[in-house]
Amino acid sequence: MKDWGYSILKGRQIDFENNDFSIAEYITKHEPSFRWCIGCGSCTATCSAARLTDFNPRKLKLLIQRGEIKGLADEIAKCMLCGKCQLVCPRGINTRNVIQNIKRALNTCHAL
Amino acid sequence: MAINSQHIVIIGGGPAGLEAASCLGTAGYRVTVLEKEKQTGGKLLIWDKLFPEFRNSDKVLNHLSNGFKTNPPQILTNAEVVSVIPENGQHRINLRDGQAFQADTVLITTGFKLYNAEKKEEYGYQIYENVITSFDLEKQLKTGNPIRIEAGLTPRRIAFIHCVGSRDIKSGNIYCSRTCCITGVKQAIEIKRRLSDAEVFNFYMDLRMFGQNFEELYIEAQQKWGVTFIRGRVSEIAENKDNSLQLKAEDTLSGRPIKMSFDLVVLLAGMVPEPRTVEIGKSAGLEFTSGNFLAGLDSHISQNETNTPGIFIAGTCREPLSVAETLTDARAATVKMISWLRENETSHKKPLIKRDND
Ligand SMILES: Cc1cc2nc3c(=O)[nH]c(=O)nc-3n(C[C@H](O)[C@H](O)[C@H](O)COP(=O)(O)OP(=O)(O)OC[C@H]3O[C@@H](n4cnc5c(N)ncnc54)[C@H](O)[C@@H]3O)c2cc1C
Ligand code: SF4
Ligand code: SF4
Ligand code: SF4
Repeated sequence: MKDWGYSILKGRQIDFENNDFSIAEYITKHEPSFRWCIGCGSCTATCSAARLTDFNPRKLKLLIQRGEIKGLADEIAKCMLCGKCQLVCPRGINTRNVIQNIKRALNTCHAL
Repeated sequence: MAINSQHIVIIGGGPAGLEAASCLGTAGYRVTVLEKEKQTGGKLLIWDKLFPEFRNSDKVLNHLSNGFKTNPPQILTNAEVVSVIPENGQHRINLRDGQAFQADTVLITTGFKLYNAEKKEEYGYQIYENVITSFDLEKQLKTGNPIRIEAGLTPRRIAFIHCVGSRDIKSGNIYCSRTCCITGVKQAIEIKRRLSDAEVFNFYMDLRMFGQNFEELYIEAQQKWGVTFIRGRVSEIAENKDNSLQLKAEDTLSGRPIKMSFDLVVLLAGMVPEPRTVEIGKSAGLEFTSGNFLAGLDSHISQNETNTPGIFIAGTCREPLSVAETLTDARAATVKMISWLRENETSHKKPLIKRDND
């Protein structure tokens, strides 16, 4: 989701008031541990996809919580659902199920 | 009844002063507590519930006054101390009204003052009506009345801003006030308890959950109460036409600037020393920490002793502490005071009350 956007149409600022929280709400409802993240980055550190691409599961979850979901479908496609991230998460977050729910949310509440 | 004629004066009747008074009283010493307000108790008179277990602050106050069963101290209220002058191996304690006391040893427990948040103009305290401090919120919670913003409405979105006047070279205070992170978590939970539909966001630089059950409370805030923590220091607040507040920060974990609107903003203002305590310290020849708190002799082995023999310090007049830490610190100081008094006993006048084996 490289989005350098010199187009000036939308700045880099997260505009909380006008963002889309439907995906975040869906995930929180089905996997509440989604919101327990402390941003430690262990999941990204262990993720094979993150080693090979610019995929970042920590940041992905955070941006969804901020209602920033542009390009989400392409991003989430990089995950191989291996579940390694879940093994290392210090908050015991069911990260794999979070990702499953991101996929489901994309299918149910969004046609992105 | 006192078994020892040596006289101890404790300056400040907050948690530290009261705990020390009961320990020294139980050990048989003659103790006078000088309190500038009309009531003892310090900040516990203002706070509603205490972290980490949400106990009413009255419970701790009751514990402190129950400590006075044996050999109660003399407590003088409306007694503001202005200076302490070492004099012939003793100490003269001067009050604002001109009264003076003589003591063999002095314990300073004058506590802290809240950082004046008006100084951080970019946050608009006392400019925007819906920007308040953690102190103001605590007072409002204690009334038990529903939480309302100035216009009488129920706030829907509330922000807590950490590190206001702490860890900030621009405010002159580079130290961490230690208890404001957990106070922010406590107050965020308390708001969610009373307004379950409200959205609560805490903007922090680091979260310092050092004490017993603090991290647990942070987890509870996320898991049970849905409080959102955003890592990033708020750069400025502006007021919208409808008196709601627009807040700007960097969401550092996503590396993006963020803009949000709030109905109420609570500033977690830090702890600073009381200006009067600084004056007392100077009059007694004491040293100060880099944050201008009273300094102990050694940061490992003698935090409660000072460079002026016979003058001791405890509680938040020497560094930011929680109530539990303050009470532990006060007890530690009394042990040092008792050994000091024993060592210096012979150089003093005879005890007033003769003991059998004297
Ligand atoms: C917003 C906020 C919320 C907090 N909530 C909690 C909590 O939930 N749980 C917790 O553990 N801690 C909490 N704390 C920390 C707690 O307030 C302190 O740990 C505690 O008050 C320290 O006690 P103290 O005796 O050192 O100082 P203080 O409570 O400040 O007492 C000092 C006393 O000395 C008196 N005094 C001062 N100068 C003089 C003078 N010159 N002459 C005579 N008397 C004088 C004062 O009037 C006062 O009675 C909170 C702090 C803040 C800022
Ligand atoms: S489940 Fe997906 S995000 Fe987690 S480690 Fe595997 S590839 Fe990375
Ligand atoms: S490992 Fe867990 S807590 Fe750490 S960033 Fe990933 S999801 Fe968040
Ligand atoms: S305790 Fe937290 S809010 Fe207070 S100064 Fe330290 S880091 Fe900042």
